[in-house]
Amino acid sequence: MITLTHYLVLSALLFGLGLYAVLTRRNSVAMLMGIELMLNAANINLVAFNKYAAPGAMQGQIFALIVITIAACEAAVGLALILAAYRRFETTYVDELDTMKG
Amino acid sequence: MVGEALAFYLLAAITLASGIVVVTSPNLVHSAVALVPALLGVTGLYILLNAEFLAGVQVLIYAGGITVLILFVIMLTEGATGLRVPQRNEQGPIGAAVAGAAAAVLIAVATRTPWAHGAGVLPSYTPGAIGESFLGPNLLLFEGTSVVLLVTLVGAILIARKED
Repeated sequence: MITLTHYLVLSALLFGLGLYAVLTRRNSVAMLMGIELMLNAANINLVAFNKYAAPGAMQGQIFALIVITIAACEAAVGLALILAAYRRFETTYVDELDTMKG
Repeated sequence: MVGEALAFYLLAAITLASGIVVVTSPNLVHSAVALVPALLGVTGLYILLNAEFLAGVQVLIYAGGITVLILFVIMLTEGATGLRVPQRNEQGPIGAAVAGAAAAVLIAVATRTPWAHGAGVLPSYTPGAIGESFLGPNLLLFEGTSVVLLVTLVGAILIARKED
């Protein structure tokens, strides 16, 4: 029998993977992929809570839809920023983009 | 019920295995391509959770749109796969410890909390219920999101445009 806890544990593991990518990757595109994994983990939680904790309301799925939309916006703007930085500094590695470091 | 458990564990294994490839592969293109099965695994979980509309949106936007966008940017910026340079910084052990600790805390909280079970049942046709909710009680949210999309469209074009 699959319960709410199963989904919560799975999403915690997926969130950990995404966090690991954000903390250890040098390439900004790879960090963005980690952020996408973390957003997906949050979405699994929202939809699972919708089904198991509040099945009468649709708010969990509505909120997950909004999160997907904002994730698409974030990816578009983030990748545009990466492209602009690459054109200016010829690198996408975040530890080489240190112009503002004191 | 056995079928549901089987499907859940299969989808969870697909999602986590491809997630591990995404975060560890030294080849950026492999990472981006491994993102597709990870997102499709999440799609399967949505179907298990009776969120069919969300599953369709996930395939369209994530597996179809965002992955292609990421692949495009990798091709435009790296010229190759990023294999010639190290892909990880020197904080690997600390990062692993922090991520592991965060996941452990979340799992501990999730397994120890007695989650309440609310009243009511899911509507049998969720896309209809979502549409009615978006054009009813959540109209402001809907319109706000469309403004955000418009601003993103303009902003992304403006940022990525060549300076002259």
